Amino acid sequence: MTPLIEMHNISLRFGGNQALDDVSINLYPGEVVGLLGHNGAGKSTLIKVLSGAYQADSGQIRVDGREVQIRSPQDAQAQGIETIYQTLALADNLDAVANVFLGREKVRGAVLDEDIMELEARKTLDRLRVRIPSLRVPVAQMSGGQRQTVAIGRAIYFKARCLIMDEPTAALGPEETQKVHQLIKALKAEGVGIFLISHDLHDVFDLSDRISVLKNGRLVGTVYTQDVSHDDVLGMIIGGVMPKNVRPAEAPAPGT
Amino acid sequence: MQMQTTSRANTNLVQSLGVDGRILTMLVVLTVVWGVFQLLTMGQPGQFLSPQNLWNLSVQTAVVGIMVGGMVLVIVTRQIDLSVGSILGFTGMMMALIQTVPPLGWGGHWILALLAGLALGALIGAFQGYWVAYWGVPAFVVTLAGLLIFRNATFIVASGRTIGPLDDNFKVLGGGLNGSIGEFWTWVVGLVVMAFILYQALSNRNRRIKNGLPVRPVWAEVMVNGVLLTLVLAFVLVMNAFPYPGTDIPRGMPVPVLITLGVLFILNWVALNTRFGRYVFAIGGNPEAALLAGINVKRMVVAVFALMGMLAALAGAVQAARLNFVTNSMGNLLELDVIAAAVIGGTALAGGSGTIVGAAMGALLMSSLRSGMVLMGLPTEWQNVVLGAVLLAAVIWNTVYLRNRR
Repeated sequence: MTPLIEMHNISLRFGGNQALDDVSINLYPGEVVGLLGHNGAGKSTLIKVLSGAYQADSGQIRVDGREVQIRSPQDAQAQGIETIYQTLALADNLDAVANVFLGREKVRGAVLDEDIMELEARKTLDRLRVRIPSLRVPVAQMSGGQRQTVAIGRAIYFKARCLIMDEPTAALGPEETQKVHQLIKALKAEGVGIFLISHDLHDVFDLSDRISVLKNGRLVGTVYTQDVSHDDVLGMIIGGVMPKNVRPAEAPAPGT
Repeated sequence: MQMQTTSRANTNLVQSLGVDGRILTMLVVLTVVWGVFQLLTMGQPGQFLSPQNLWNLSVQTAVVGIMVGGMVLVIVTRQIDLSVGSILGFTGMMMALIQTVPPLGWGGHWILALLAGLALGALIGAFQGYWVAYWGVPAFVVTLAGLLIFRNATFIVASGRTIGPLDDNFKVLGGGLNGSIGEFWTWVVGLVVMAFILYQALSNRNRRIKNGLPVRPVWAEVMVNGVLLTLVLAFVLVMNAFPYPGTDIPRGMPVPVLITLGVLFILNWVALNTRFGRYVFAIGGNPEAALLAGINVKRMVVAVFALMGMLAALAGAVQAARLNFVTNSMGNLLELDVIAAAVIGGTALAGGSGTIVGAAMGALLMSSLRSGMVLMGLPTEWQNVVLGAVLLAAVIWNTVYLRNRR
């Protein structure tokens, strides 16, 4: 099987700081790969390289085995790579409809086609089963879960093949977290590949098939979630050492 | 508890009208201000609500009205433009120089003067926007520099002289003796606008119903559009009630007012119905989100400043045409009026929030206050104190409004 996404030998330097040093990870269709590491370990930077917000100094990105150049968020979106940022990247003063379609509005001639966008947004957000009474109020007035739903709706409306979720449950209550978990499982079943960045080990163990750990901009290693314990992973995050006697995890776990 | 229920009921009433609360407030404030001034000036020959005063008021609002919509877009994108008064003066002076007969001017055609002036304004705006967008220089500083440069460039290009008289055709823009469109065309414009309002209301409603989307209740629809139609009708009647001196031939709508309304209509439409408008608000709401959504934020900022510059030039043309002679102090300090009008009209300086309609009403409120206070014979110092107090009150109210909405 060809990986959906391969990031090969990615390096990126910000001034004197080596943010990413020769990092290689991959992602297969229908798979969740957890990305773990301390603050500043390079998780977010790596993900921003994939989503087009940053460009790597060196290294390759392949989608379906073909090398691609991702120079902007649009390039990433054109490859079916959608990102849900931790900050959600919503324009708080605009309503849910405007946010779902931001940058990719439907138009009739020069005029925004508000009706079609509202209908489509409603359909997409209903799929996510978080109740949003009115799509026409500024998202600043919505709850954390509703805002998260809008951000996710934005990604899945455009048929993401690879979804990058940066701390998707950090700002949510238990009930809303549960809904996001269900959603991730549903998307996985549809064959969407998901990079999941989280501080919450429970989240990652619950949802991911493989775990890649970064430390100080370098990849510590990638393991199958079923092979390791929380302590093993903590050792990777804190000590930067691979647990003993685990299989290399370059391919998806059997049965996913 | 009781309080809460009432306030919820009020909110629902406003919500079902589907009108921005700040615009409703402005409408109420304007009505009150006009009513109070009418009461205070009732005894004297030039009453506040006389056709003559309202006609003059509309002309006095025109120059700020042309620019205020552009300023809303500038402020919504989290920028500011302090140079509009100077751009107005400089482009107005250039337009005067181009069309005035030699040796004072260059003797060019007035249309050439107008087009060159507009292009120059857009260019100056784009130039300032470039430093803001691509070099990250704060707009406050860039446009403060622009204020100094173009105010004094106005003096330099004309060697300090007053340039004029201007071409008679050009002067039509200013709304002087031949600067009105007459009774017939005022009716035509009014009826076209009324037909358009009705058509928009009906076609939008039908389309939303067809698509199964929620619509406002019928009473709200009738009320909002009824108020709009009444306002247009009242406007036409007032414009046609002011005759040329010594005759009973109505003047009709002044050309600068027609220009102002046209500019505001287009800007409002662009702000609400196009990608450009959507992106202006997205950038103001969250610049990073706009960037990540693939919006070319830098180019948008340049475009907004260019638009602002062009509008300042258009206002310069109107002002110059009205005065017939351009002095090097034309438009001095006008940027403050424009910014104040935008802010009074509900534009938040933090960006992301504001409406063209509200700002237009802010401009009207400012010129109403000034006009009313002049009628009452209040000294200029007191006029400015009152305007300052109104500005402060408006900002406080706006802050409270935005905080409660969150």
